[in-house]
Amino acid sequence: MSVMYVLLAISVTVAVLFFVIFIFSVKSGQYDDVYTPSVRMLFEDELVKDEDLKKEKNQKQILTKDKQS
Amino acid sequence: MQQPCYHCGNDCVKSPILFDEKNFCCHGCQTVYEIFSTNNLSSYYDLQSSPGAIPQEIEGKYDYLDHPDIIKKLIEFNAGNIQVVNLYIPHMHCSSCIWILENLNQLQSAIKTSQVNFPKKTVRITFKTDTVSLKEVVKLLSAIGYEPYISLNDYSKGKKKVDRSLIYKLGVAGFAFGNVMFLSFPEYFEVSDFWLEKYKYLFRGLTFAFSLPVVFYAAQEYFISAYKGVRSKILNIDVPIALGISVLFLRSTYEVLTNTGSGFFDSLTGLVFFLLLGKFFQQKTYSFLSFERDYKSYFPIAVTKISKIEGGVEEENIQVYKIKKGDRLLIRNAELLPVDSILISGNGQIDYSFVTGESETVAKNSGDQLFAGGKQLAGAIEVEAIKSVEQSYLTQLWSNAVFSKDREQGFVGLINTISKHFTWAVLSIAVVATSYWLMVDSSLAINVLTSVLIIACPCALALATPFALGNMLRIFGKQKFYLKNANVIEKIARIDTLIFDKTGTITTNKKASIAYEGMPLSNEEASLLKNTLRSSNHPLSRALYDFLAEQDIQTLDDFQEITGKGMHAIKANKSIAVGSAKFVGNETETETLATAVHVKTGNHYKGKYVFHNQYRKGVKELFQQLKKGFHLMILSGDNQGEKKYLQQLLPLGTDMLFHQKPEDKLNYIHTLQKEGRKVMMVGDGLNDAGALAQSEVGISIAENVNVFSPACDAILEAGQFQQIGAFIQAAKQTVGIIKSSIVLSFIYNVIGLYFAVTGQLSPIIAAILMPLSSITVLVFVTVLTNLKGRKLFKKL
Repeated sequence: MSVMYVLLAISVTVAVLFFVIFIFSVKSGQYDDVYTPSVRMLFEDELVKDEDLKKEKNQKQILTKDKQS
Repeated sequence: MQQPCYHCGNDCVKSPILFDEKNFCCHGCQTVYEIFSTNNLSSYYDLQSSPGAIPQEIEGKYDYLDHPDIIKKLIEFNAGNIQVVNLYIPHMHCSSCIWILENLNQLQSAIKTSQVNFPKKTVRITFKTDTVSLKEVVKLLSAIGYEPYISLNDYSKGKKKVDRSLIYKLGVAGFAFGNVMFLSFPEYFEVSDFWLEKYKYLFRGLTFAFSLPVVFYAAQEYFISAYKGVRSKILNIDVPIALGISVLFLRSTYEVLTNTGSGFFDSLTGLVFFLLLGKFFQQKTYSFLSFERDYKSYFPIAVTKISKIEGGVEEENIQVYKIKKGDRLLIRNAELLPVDSILISGNGQIDYSFVTGESETVAKNSGDQLFAGGKQLAGAIEVEAIKSVEQSYLTQLWSNAVFSKDREQGFVGLINTISKHFTWAVLSIAVVATSYWLMVDSSLAINVLTSVLIIACPCALALATPFALGNMLRIFGKQKFYLKNANVIEKIARIDTLIFDKTGTITTNKKASIAYEGMPLSNEEASLLKNTLRSSNHPLSRALYDFLAEQDIQTLDDFQEITGKGMHAIKANKSIAVGSAKFVGNETETETLATAVHVKTGNHYKGKYVFHNQYRKGVKELFQQLKKGFHLMILSGDNQGEKKYLQQLLPLGTDMLFHQKPEDKLNYIHTLQKEGRKVMMVGDGLNDAGALAQSEVGISIAENVNVFSPACDAILEAGQFQQIGAFIQAAKQTVGIIKSSIVLSFIYNVIGLYFAVTGQLSPIIAAILMPLSSITVLVFVTVLTNLKGRKLFKKL
């Protein structure tokens, strides 16, 4: 068998494979919202750590006490 | 000094609340800040400065979410103890919003996930029902300033299916186009190598296989549209396209099967791909806006029904549709009346600006009739329904035939007008050329016939419009003028009459300019007036209170408010009366239509504060600019109080009609249209809904594009009002660009026809000419529209 058939078979298979992946990605809704993921991927773990929080809490208590007095 | 609130960015004019070394404009904002900072979420303020909104008072507002029937309709998924709900959040506007809404589980651990769709401004929340209910989720969102917008519309609509077929088709066509191009490449050079000769059958077979899904799936719509067109005897642009595609396919298949040539599969797939690309480009929609709203979007889902039972009253939430004649309903402050009803008890202060365009609120006493669509502004009232929702005065407007008519029907775009002549021209050229070749060399006749039909396939012609309109649509969108679809641009370009509503359209809803007429008030009197106003909830009092200079807060010795008339107050033996002319005993005051608050101290009439509508910036300039090319009109539901002022403001020849009911507006436009005028209606409220639907182009002005706008063709943000002239001009120029691009594509067609008629059309010429013409037209149109857009809107 000629190498040509092999090559063509491979190239067409690869192309069809990508096409099928595309179809599945559309089906799963990836193309419904093309904006939000671009923002979402930039978020890291931005939660403020507990230690900072405690400090803040203490500060707040002081501040509220000031107000009351 | 400006002190922006750390949470919402509003100016903390009066007295900023200092908390955690940050300024807050109100306790609401401060509370939200506290919630976030105690739950590790203070990064909310780092992603974007002052991203928040002031949380609104919602006490009791969402009680109806306890109702299992309502919950069932609103949630998308319900299994075991997990529910999924998709909520529309109008305030969503920046990356901070996305971040906080996707971190809701930090605030409420029963929320499993929340996912934002930013273009649609929705958030999909998955939560566990054993610890938290839908109502609590909604309450949580409201508490942090992201109050969802739930209306009757959400309730009645079924679960929408997303239409992704165009993306699939585009994918199929693109995939096939690329592969066919690559497989037909060797044959372009007409080399007679041994290996090419050996494998060309395989190559051709493969290209044939790839083009099958393109013709039978991706190009489907063109065949359907062409068939519909022919059946209703309209030669639309899809007729020559469908003809071109089928001839391309049949001739190519024939050539491959009989081994006479390589076929035109590359041109065929390329053609379909480009056409679909145009469609995709034109399809741009503003998914966060709704252009199809009717009264259902305004009305609440449920109301509180009061029923007398033994030993007291019982409050129960019932669905709006279940309201029956005779039901007693509780309408809270800032709630909408869903049905025509009679006021039973409470202080009725109804804002009908949405229904009638009347800018002033109306005071109602017990026993008065209230109309659906009014908004109660002064505390809770009890009413008795006298009609059902569908039969109410306002909702009956929607039974008018205009609302059931398909807006797109009957509109023949520029391209379809041309295509009628184009198709006939192509067919006659084909017939003439074929009969010529039948006489000269009959073996070539079929070749010529098919070539003419292939080359005349108006690919460039069909692409010019979607790209020009689609591009202009985007430029308009950047200027905050959102169109329902691209056809609206063509419609705008044909307009010759512009009709404006008054209240809320050329005037702003927010501010009224207040002027004092009369004897000057002493300092003591001014202080007393301010303090009296402080105690009143009447909208005019609130507006006047904000207008008057700051005074020390004093306690009044006596205060009495008489609904719909005015109020008395006494402080240190000084008495004051504030209210209507009759109330303060000013008999000399003749009937004036302008809204005014009169003041009397002791026994002396002092003067009045006159409220003028605040006109939008640039109204005068806009009307001057439009005067030249258009017939201008004002159709207002309000009284004639502003007529004189308007006549000064607006150019001569501007017609004005007042006291127009919603149906009157609609009928008036209909009469104009019968005279052959093309009408553009610019309005805002529900009272304009009929007129907006009847007119050729209905533009709705919105202070906040996310919240309320009646069904229309376009939504314009209020701040861009003075740009209307520029938008119309841009629309006209766009149509001009399309026309010149049509000339360009005709030139290509003529060149192509030369090859076709002389029987020289080879696949390689088709493969070069078709994409070339498409791409030049595309570039031409895109560049020109961008240039025009930049020129017109650069001032901003």
